[in-house]
Amino acid sequence: MGGTGDGERSGANGQQNQPADGKELFRLGTARDDVELRRYHYRWPEQETRAERRARRHVLYWWALTVVAGLGAAVVYLVWPWEYVPPGGEGYVWYRLYTPVLGLCIGVALISFACGFIVLVKRFFPDEQAVQQRHDAEQSPAEDRATLAATAAEAANASQLRRRSVFTRAAGVSAGALGTGLGVTILGGVWQYPWETTGHDESTKDTLWHTGWAQDGDETVYLREDSGDVHEVTLLTPEDIAAPGLMAVVPFRESERDDPEALRKARERADNPATLLRLPPGTEVEPKAVREGMNVGDFYAYSRICTHLGCPVGMYEGRTDRLFCPCHQSMFDLRRHAEPIFGPAARPLPQLPIDLDESGYFIAKGDFTAPIGPSFWELEP
Amino acid sequence: MTGQRHSVSVKAGGRLFDFVDERFPSADTFRHQLNKVFQKHGSFLLGEVALYSFVVLLLSGTYLAWFFDPSMETVTYDGSYTMLHGIEMSRAYESSLDISFEVRGGLLARQIHHWAALVFVAAIVTHMGRIFFTGAFRKPRELNWVIGVLLLTLAIVEGFTGYSLPDDLLSGTGLRITSGIVMSIPVLGTWLHWIVFGGEFQGEEIIPRLFTIHILLLPGLLLALIGVHLGIVWYQKHTQWRGTVSRESNAVGVRVMPTFAAKSGSLFTAVTGILAAMGGLLQINPIWNYGPYKPSHVSAGSQPDWYLIWVDGAARIWPAWEIPVVDYRIPAAMWPTVVTPALLIGAALCYPWIDKLISNDHARHNQLQRPRDAPVRTAIGAMVIAFLLVLLASGVNDIIAHVFDISLDGLIWAGRIGIVFLPFAAYLLTYHVCRALQRDDRKVLEEGMETGIIRRYAHGHMVDIHQPLAISDGEAKPLQYSGTRVPKKANELGLAGKPVPGGLLRPDPPAKSESQRGEDGGES
Ligand code: HEM
Ligand code: FES
Repeated sequence: MGGTGDGERSGANGQQNQPADGKELFRLGTARDDVELRRYHYRWPEQETRAERRARRHVLYWWALTVVAGLGAAVVYLVWPWEYVPPGGEGYVWYRLYTPVLGLCIGVALISFACGFIVLVKRFFPDEQAVQQRHDAEQSPAEDRATLAATAAEAANASQLRRRSVFTRAAGVSAGALGTGLGVTILGGVWQYPWETTGHDESTKDTLWHTGWAQDGDETVYLREDSGDVHEVTLLTPEDIAAPGLMAVVPFRESERDDPEALRKARERADNPATLLRLPPGTEVEPKAVREGMNVGDFYAYSRICTHLGCPVGMYEGRTDRLFCPCHQSMFDLRRHAEPIFGPAARPLPQLPIDLDESGYFIAKGDFTAPIGPSFWELEP
Repeated sequence: MTGQRHSVSVKAGGRLFDFVDERFPSADTFRHQLNKVFQKHGSFLLGEVALYSFVVLLLSGTYLAWFFDPSMETVTYDGSYTMLHGIEMSRAYESSLDISFEVRGGLLARQIHHWAALVFVAAIVTHMGRIFFTGAFRKPRELNWVIGVLLLTLAIVEGFTGYSLPDDLLSGTGLRITSGIVMSIPVLGTWLHWIVFGGEFQGEEIIPRLFTIHILLLPGLLLALIGVHLGIVWYQKHTQWRGTVSRESNAVGVRVMPTFAAKSGSLFTAVTGILAAMGGLLQINPIWNYGPYKPSHVSAGSQPDWYLIWVDGAARIWPAWEIPVVDYRIPAAMWPTVVTPALLIGAALCYPWIDKLISNDHARHNQLQRPRDAPVRTAIGAMVIAFLLVLLASGVNDIIAHVFDISLDGLIWAGRIGIVFLPFAAYLLTYHVCRALQRDDRKVLEEGMETGIIRRYAHGHMVDIHQPLAISDGEAKPLQYSGTRVPKKANELGLAGKPVPGGLLRPDPPAKSESQRGEDGGES
C-alpha cells in the first residue's frame, strides 16, 4: 500500500498537465479494474538536472540517427546504381553494394527508432509495478452451469429431436448424404485416376509403369545427350565417353527432330533421365541371366532417378565403380547391376537395355527393367 | 501554448470516442483493456518476436506477390543476368530472377522475406521451449499449447511451400523429394500424389497450386489461429514466475498503457529493423546460381531450410527396409519422412495430458515452475532436443564429413547409433542435473551461502564459513524453498553496492543525485 501513497506524492511534484481530479479519476479506474499500483513513480521530479539532460540527449541521439538513416535509405534507393553488372564489369562493386547498403539504412533507421523509444520508456516513463487480481474461477458458478444445461436440454426437447429418435437418425443420414455430395463435388475437381492411359497404343500407358523410353510402334529410340542447347540434338557413339565416365541422356526419336516442343518435353519429363556409363575396360560385372544383352561391352545405361526419393544419381566413383546419390547418400554398385549397397535406397536403379544401330549410335531396346524412382505401394516386392 | 494544443487534441479524441461510445457503449471495457497488467520477463518476448516476424512476412510477401508469376509456361531468359541468357526455364523461375535483377529493391525484399521465414520458425521453436520448460502449458492453458503446435506445423509447411515456388534447382529437388514422400504412403500414396501434383511428377499444376496455398490458404489459417492464440492469452492472462508479490491469484507487471504498448511497439520496430538489415547484408537463397530446375540435375550439398533438415537427416539414416505386404510394398522412406514427423507432432499435441499422467497434477497453475523443479519434464524435453539434434547433424553429415575429413559411412552409422542412445543419455543426464540443482538450492536455504572464507582451527581442522540467509536468535534459520531463484553469492543480495550516478567523465554532484529517483530504475 505504501507504493500508492508514494505515487501520489510524486504526482504532486512531477505532474504538470494532469488536472487534480484527473488523477483521482485515474486512480478510480485502476481500482475498478482491480489494479493496484504498488510502485508508480514519475522519473524526474526535478527537471533540467544534469542527469535528466543526459537521459534526454540519449533518446535524441538515437532519433537523430533514425533521421540520417531514414533519409539515407531514400537517397540510396533513388540515386545508387542498382542495375545488374556482371562480375568484373565497370561499376560491379557499386551494384553489389546496393542491396546491403539499402538494407542497412532501413535496418538502422528502424533499430535506432526502437532504441530511442526503449530508452524513453526506461528513463522517462513512470517506474511501475502493477498488480491485478485474476478472478479466474475454477469454473462457472453451479447455478449458471445448471441453467445452461437445462436450456440446452430444453432446446433438444423442443426441437423434438430427442423424443422422436427417427428424426435424429434421419437427420444424421441426410447430413451424411449432403456431406458426401459436397465432398465428391469438391474432390472431383482435383481427383485423378493414376493409372490413366494417354498413349494411343495400349503398351505405352503413360503411368508409373512406363517412361518416355517405351517403344511406341517400331520407331528407333536414340540416346541423346542431355545438356547444352535444347534444340541441338547430339546422338552418342562409344567414342564420346572416356572410361571411366558417364553422361546424362534422354530419349530421342527422328520424328521429333524438327519439333521443338517434343524435344523439350523429352528433357522435361521427370522419368526420362538416364545415365550412360562406361566402366573401366575389363570390369567384372556379376553375370545375371535376365540382364543378358542389355549392355554394349563396358557401356551400361541406368535410370538417373534415385529409387529412394528421386534425386538424380549423378556421381560416379570410378575407383570402386559405384554411383552415389548426393541427397541421402545411397550407393549403387555398378559391378552388380546398380544394386544399392549403402544408404536408404532399397531397390536397384532400373537398367535401360541399349544397343548400337548400324551407324554406331546408341539406341534403347526398350523401357527400363522396372518402374523408375521412389518406391510406391502398388510396386510388387 | 502546449497546454492549449494538448487540450484541443484531447477534445478531438473525446469526440471520436463519444461517436463510438454512443453506438457501442464500451468505456468500461476499453478502460479495462488499457489497464490490463502484463508480465515483463524477457522470455515472454519470444512469442512476440514470432508474431512480429509473421507481420514482416505478410508485408514483404505481399510485395513479392506483385511481381511473382507462378506459371509453368516455358520461356527463354533474356533479362539482365547475362549468365543465364538463352536458357529455357519456367516463367515462375524467370519472374523470381526478375524480382532479383529487374525490380529496384526487389532482391532486398526477397532476402528480407526469406530471413523473416527462418526467424519466424526459430522464434516459434524457442517460444515453445519456454512454454514447455516452465510448465506454462498446464491447466488452464492446454488448448493454447495445442493451437501452438498447430501453428508450428503450419509455419513449417508455409515455409516449405514458399521455398518451392521459384522453381530453381534447389526448390525443384525439394519438390522431387516431397513427391517421393507422398508416394511412400501405403494404399493412398499414388492417389494422393495424383490429387496434389495433378499427375506424375513434376507436371504443370504443382507450382500454381503451391502459390495459392502459400499466399492465401496457409497465411489465412495462420492469421486466424494466431488471433485465437492471442485472444486466449489475453483472456486467461499470462503466467508468471513466483516471487515476493506474485501469487496464483494475481498478475504482476506493467499496464498495457503506456509502458507495455510502448515496449512492444519498440520490439516490433526492432525486429523489423533487424530483418531488414539481415536481408540487406546477408545473402540468402541466390537462386540465380542454382539455375532452373531440371530433373536430371542436382547441385551438390542441396539442403532444405533449417527447420526441415531434421527430416532430411532422418531420411538419410533410416535403413533400406521395404516391407512386403502380399503383392504390395511399404516403402522404406515412409518411416523417417511421414511416420516420424507425424508421431512427433502427435506427441506434442498430447503433451499437456501426458504431463498430467507423469506428475499427477491436475490443478490450475498461473505460476511457472523452474525447469529443475520438474525434472522428468525437463529431461523429456532434453531427450526430444537430443533426438532432433542427432537428426539435424545427420542432415548435414556430408558437410561435416567434408569439413572434418571424416568418412561419410562412419557418420551415417554414428547417426544410426546416436539416435538410439543419445536421447536416453540426455534424459538421464538432465534428470540428474535437475536433482543436483535442487539439492544445491535446499542446501543454501538451510546452511546459507558460501562466503569463500575458510577458517582453519589451531588443530588443523578447516571449515567453510557459510552466510545464513536468515537468522533468528543468533542461529541460522533454515528457509523453505519457494520455487524461486536462491541467491548463491553475496552481491546477489545487493551487498556489493550500486554505481554512483554520473556521466562518462565525472559523477553528478552528490546533493542533486540524491533526489534523482529516476536514476535507480532497478527492481525492488
Ligand atoms: C505462429 C506462431 C506463434 C505465435 C505468433 C505465438 C505468439 C504468442 C504470444 C505473443 C504469446 C504471449 C507472449 C508469450 O508468452 O511469449 C503467446 C503465448 C503462448 N503460446 Fe504462443 N505463439 C506461437 C506459437 C506457439 C507454439 C508453437 C506453442 C506451443 C506448442 C505456443 C504456446 C503458447 C502458450 C501455452 C502461451 C501462453 C503462455 C503463458 O501465458 O505463459 N505458441 N504466444
Ligand atoms: S534420393 Fe537418393 S538417396 Fe535419397
